[in-house]
Amino acid sequence: MTAHRLPNGGRVDRAAPVRFTYDGKRYTGLRGDTLASALIANGVLEVAPSSYRGRPRGIVTAGVDEPNALVLVDGSLLPATTLELHDGLSATGRSGVGRLTDSTDSVRHDKRYVHCDVLVVGGGPAGLAAAQAAGRTGARTILADERTELGGTLLATKGFDLSWPGLAEFPETRVLSRTTAVGYYDQNYVVLAQRNTLWHVRAKRVVLATGAHERPLVFADNDRPGVMLASAVREYVNRYAVAPGQNVVLATTNDSAYQVALDLIAAGITVSAIVDSRPEPPAALVNQVGVEVITGSAVTGTEGRHRVSAVHIGPDRSIPCDLLAVSGGWNPAVHMFSQAQGRVRYEERIAAFVPDTCPQDLEVVGAANATYELAACLAEGAAAGARAAHLAGFGGGTAPELPPVPAESDSAHRPVWMVEGDETLQFIDLQRDSTVADIRRATGAGLRSVEHVKRYTTVGTGLDQGRTGGVPAIGVIAELLGASSPGEVGTTTYRPPYTPVSFALLAGRDRGELHDPIRRTAMHSWHVAHGAVFEDVGQWKRPHHYPRAGEDAQAAVLRECTAARTGLAMMDASTLGKIEVQGPDAGEFLNRMYTNAFAKLAIGSCRYGMLCRADGMVFDDGVVLRLAEDRYLTTTTTGNAAAVLDWFEEWQQTEWPELRVRFTSVTEQWATIAVVGPGSRAALTPLLPDLDLSAAAFGFMTFRDTVLCNGVPARVARVSFSGELAFEINVATWHGLSTWELVANTGATPYGTETMHVLRAEKGFVIVGQDTDGTVTPQDLGMDWIVSKRKDFVGRRSFSRPDTARPDRRQLVGLLPVDPDDLLPEGAQLVAGGVPLTPPVPMLGHVTSSYRSAALGRTFALALVAGGRDLIGRELLAPLGNRVITATVTEPIFYDPEGTRRDG
Amino acid sequence: MSAVLPEHPEFLWRNPDPRRSYEVVIVGGGGHGLATAYYLARNHGITNVAVLERGWLAGGNMARNTTIIRSNYLWDESAAIYEHALKQWEALPEELDYDFLFSQRGVLNLAHTPQDVREGVRRVNANQLNGVDAEWLNPDQVKEFCPIVDISPGVRYPVLGATLQPRAGIAKHDHVAWAFARTADEHGIDLIQDCEVTGFLRDGDKILGVQTTRGPIMADRIGLAAAGHTSVLAGLAGLRLPLQSHPLQALVSELLEPVHPCVVMSNHVHVYVSQAHKGELVMGAGVDPYNSYAQRGSVHVIERQMAAALELFPIFARAHVIRTWGGIVDVTPDASPIIGATPLANLFVNCGWGTGGFKATPASGWVYAHTLATGRAHPLNEPFALERFTTGALIDEHGAAAVAH
Ligand SMILES: Cc1cc2nc3c(=O)[nH]c(=O)nc-3n(C[C@H](O)[C@H](O)[C@H](O)COP(=O)(O)OP(=O)(O)OC[C@H]3O[C@@H](n4cnc5c(N)ncnc54)[C@H](O)[C@@H]3O)c2cc1C
Repeated sequence: MTAHRLPNGGRVDRAAPVRFTYDGKRYTGLRGDTLASALIANGVLEVAPSSYRGRPRGIVTAGVDEPNALVLVDGSLLPATTLELHDGLSATGRSGVGRLTDSTDSVRHDKRYVHCDVLVVGGGPAGLAAAQAAGRTGARTILADERTELGGTLLATKGFDLSWPGLAEFPETRVLSRTTAVGYYDQNYVVLAQRNTLWHVRAKRVVLATGAHERPLVFADNDRPGVMLASAVREYVNRYAVAPGQNVVLATTNDSAYQVALDLIAAGITVSAIVDSRPEPPAALVNQVGVEVITGSAVTGTEGRHRVSAVHIGPDRSIPCDLLAVSGGWNPAVHMFSQAQGRVRYEERIAAFVPDTCPQDLEVVGAANATYELAACLAEGAAAGARAAHLAGFGGGTAPELPPVPAESDSAHRPVWMVEGDETLQFIDLQRDSTVADIRRATGAGLRSVEHVKRYTTVGTGLDQGRTGGVPAIGVIAELLGASSPGEVGTTTYRPPYTPVSFALLAGRDRGELHDPIRRTAMHSWHVAHGAVFEDVGQWKRPHHYPRAGEDAQAAVLRECTAARTGLAMMDASTLGKIEVQGPDAGEFLNRMYTNAFAKLAIGSCRYGMLCRADGMVFDDGVVLRLAEDRYLTTTTTGNAAAVLDWFEEWQQTEWPELRVRFTSVTEQWATIAVVGPGSRAALTPLLPDLDLSAAAFGFMTFRDTVLCNGVPARVARVSFSGELAFEINVATWHGLSTWELVANTGATPYGTETMHVLRAEKGFVIVGQDTDGTVTPQDLGMDWIVSKRKDFVGRRSFSRPDTARPDRRQLVGLLPVDPDDLLPEGAQLVAGGVPLTPPVPMLGHVTSSYRSAALGRTFALALVAGGRDLIGRELLAPLGNRVITATVTEPIFYDPEGTRRDG
Repeated sequence: MSAVLPEHPEFLWRNPDPRRSYEVVIVGGGGHGLATAYYLARNHGITNVAVLERGWLAGGNMARNTTIIRSNYLWDESAAIYEHALKQWEALPEELDYDFLFSQRGVLNLAHTPQDVREGVRRVNANQLNGVDAEWLNPDQVKEFCPIVDISPGVRYPVLGATLQPRAGIAKHDHVAWAFARTADEHGIDLIQDCEVTGFLRDGDKILGVQTTRGPIMADRIGLAAAGHTSVLAGLAGLRLPLQSHPLQALVSELLEPVHPCVVMSNHVHVYVSQAHKGELVMGAGVDPYNSYAQRGSVHVIERQMAAALELFPIFARAHVIRTWGGIVDVTPDASPIIGATPLANLFVNCGWGTGGFKATPASGWVYAHTLATGRAHPLNEPFALERFTTGALIDEHGAAAVAH
């Protein structure tokens, strides 16, 4: 035992020594210690100096409100006062500033999502009583407490049996220790941080029993090591059996410090004096402690350097000591309550902001509700717990019997906001090193709002978010502005989280692969086995190209293109979004959504359709199949599938609820194989024995339901995104891989997204999102034919706006670089020939797609160009920093403009 | 020891009572309202002006934003006004004699998909031709500029490149607002706090003044600059504006030794981050999707954003969130602001800055002051008139280069 460890008492395990390192030195503590109590046990009270002024600082608190004793452990900045000691712990004192290191964090963080009837936050006397009262009714009850053990202030109270609530007997009651409620959101949605688990709790009723935080006192040199909160001194002595000092002076504004004095005396520690701001503290308390009580007085300064050696009470009196325990009153911990949108009011009698009204289904009990006497806390907690359970449907609402406790007193407080002395040494926020002088400067600058003063002085912006300094600052502001009370000044807003939460805990498992689920098609393994290079399209992995040995991407794409145009090729098109639209009004609905008409589309036919936003700009496109009178299958672009489904739902639900139509995403249910090229008919004939694939029997833009040669049912459509003869085979996802292999065995060349892009660009087919950017109308794309003149649809009205009829809108055109080997970069801006290239240079448009074409034997591009169709035949320049590419404007179709190839 | 912030001036502003009438009344004492007041005095010699603020000065979005300043917008109209702002930022610390920690540390916009790359390249080319500094960086150059970004190809959405605007950066928002406020106050402009506008005094379609919680105030011209609450305010005058108000959240970490040298934004792995002068990481992401006027958001939006942050910056895993908050942003259909006249005589609006108006503060003040002083738009805000929603001449930064903030 060290000299600072008391010979008996405490909730530490004296048989379990724990070795740890602090600032490179080795020490030993006990199981049950925090780092702070273990340091005190080793006589270490001084911690890292202050951040800005480099002043010596010491441990001030025993909990989450610690402003000084911050340490770096495994790259995390944590308060030593809440850090459980464990063997091998290695901590470095820090002046409030963390340091991130690149070491990988191997810890897995997770989330839990639970519902309960009653959530009790805080496991002190009031919370325990509430949890017992609720739990015994059978209500699903959760009790969360931030500490290692339940009990709250009872842990620092001698002779109290903590097993009384018997929570373990209630099967529906869950006790979460080391669990801090950090966020309180709408509808009783409370977020709890428990080490590596973040709990999301939706509670029918909440009981907040979050306790109170003791306030420090503000006087010159109040930051000296050895100035400690009285409640912390008590906790160190009673709970951890360590003595932060041997000769103590207590300074207080209220009754609570007297019990501290009694406990210190009982532990054999000298209490030299109590300095009480009140002229007449309760005589019973004064008599009971039996030490000198200096009434109607306040501490005005301290002496010492790395440790308090004496305190001053006015100019004339000085008392030697090695510890000054202060109690400037108590702040109910209203953080959670305020986050829940509760309002606080200032209560003069106890000089504190206390809970008032709140719109959520919660109650505040115990010290958090400014109820400080133990018996009253228990009664209030039990009543609230029983009531909460009852309101949630459990029990009759009567509170259980409570253990008898000794009476305590809580007579009126007398706050001391300001005392005489050097204001530049009167610290308000120890972490920010801000003082009364700073606040005086702020109010002198004309600032009246506490929010302004906070920002001017940075009070309350440190790691403890003003838990210690916040209310004293408000008291000082009130005095300086001559306000009637701190209530007139008001508080700043309490915001989540209540205590710091690591990024990793918030991120949970959504990292790496799980950051965004990867979607793979049924044929993915085949693509991998055949060397595909993938690209991310939305959440999907799509083959970009399939390089063969010795081929670069360019060569592979040219080869794949040639196969599709001259022979036989195949592509995995499963990722296209697929939405079934069903109901008697399906046709009418699609008519209202698409620019072109679908109500009269024949069953068994397909039609390409386009969707616009309300502003008339292209939003998505795809082929729609009519499966039955009341049933369509629409396809969307890969990346937009969810957005289109949402779009349909939004219009149906909010604008046309009378339409009898429903939407189901079937993207994942189908595997789709596009079989492309002049050889496709011959290749597929043996695979589709029941179908006549001739152009006459199976026309373009129709589909057939059939059975493949291997017995797999399939839907085959004659659609083409390349201009070549093509068949699209759709099978249930289960059969996707085997069907793909069946087709691959015909000798078809697999191709990826890049080849698809080149082929469609040669034909002048746009890709929404690449050739459009939310500012492009169908007419701009030269697709007037797809915009119905006869029916109304989303976006139609916008086409009559003057700007959408402007002749100089950006229009889709083709570009052929004058040098057929020059590849225009996608995203290149285009300017007219002859304009000086000194900024600002007027821009006419930009290159949206650009490729090398095997079929054309040259490069080509698509572009959006202002008044572009009138520029066909002219040359434009693409300035690219150190070079300029010249290109001729063309029609946006480069290959088979007559469409002779699609029927084979 | 930590970086010390520059000291604020001894005196900031008076706290006058409102007079009965003014030449110009500005409703909303955020950055834009205060900058407008300043430029009314500086550029137009108009000082018979009151700024009416319902709470404390610059306590709205001005106090809540993540302070990213850049001008690398795609469209000419946007580039012109934001670049004007950036040039003003470069001169303002001296002009206003206030060190508001303007730091041109460079902003990276990361690209994670081929489409991101196309858009980035397009924007860089457009910026360069518009005289806005812009570069395209490959992943290795990204790593060189910001060593903590994970550019490894194995991550879920690998970094394929980034746009860089070297002159872009951050500033300290409160200090900016106070700098404008102090100088406006010096010019005799009344900054009136705790003064909520609750209605309009009118004669038919002509606005004559405002009703406030501190009494009626008459004015020749009234300029609204109420950000997220503009639609509520305009509603009091019977005007419906094309605005959707959404919560937008942000957060800070504890103070950390310098790790992050610039500003990084990513739309695909949605988060943006800088490290403020004091040392805290400042980050944000997208809006909460529902409409609201309550200045708070949902926790899952924060969780999503932290997951994104760790994808890009694994080194942040052990940092802590110490405070989250929300502001209400006013989003227009094309994500560009509305600055100019309304159908009601003498009533002007400046709103719709959405998630990205901090960077525009000086230019917004410049052109709005011009508009309020002359009754006509400045060439820079002409394209941003309310009529564009009728004519269709949108300036769609949303769809075009989906970069917010
Ligand atoms: C979380 C977040 C992050 C952001 N990040 C960035 C960023 O990184 N970069 C960027 O450029 N922009 C950013 N923004 C956007 C930017 O903050 C805003 O566009 C900009 O601040 C709006 O202009 P303002 O400063 O005048 O608004 P505000 O500061 O909101 O000012 C409006 C004022 O009007 C007052 N008001 C409202 N109604 C009334 C009434 N009836 N009577 C009197 N007064 C009234 C309000 O109280 C408020 O003070 C962000 C916004 C948020 C919320």
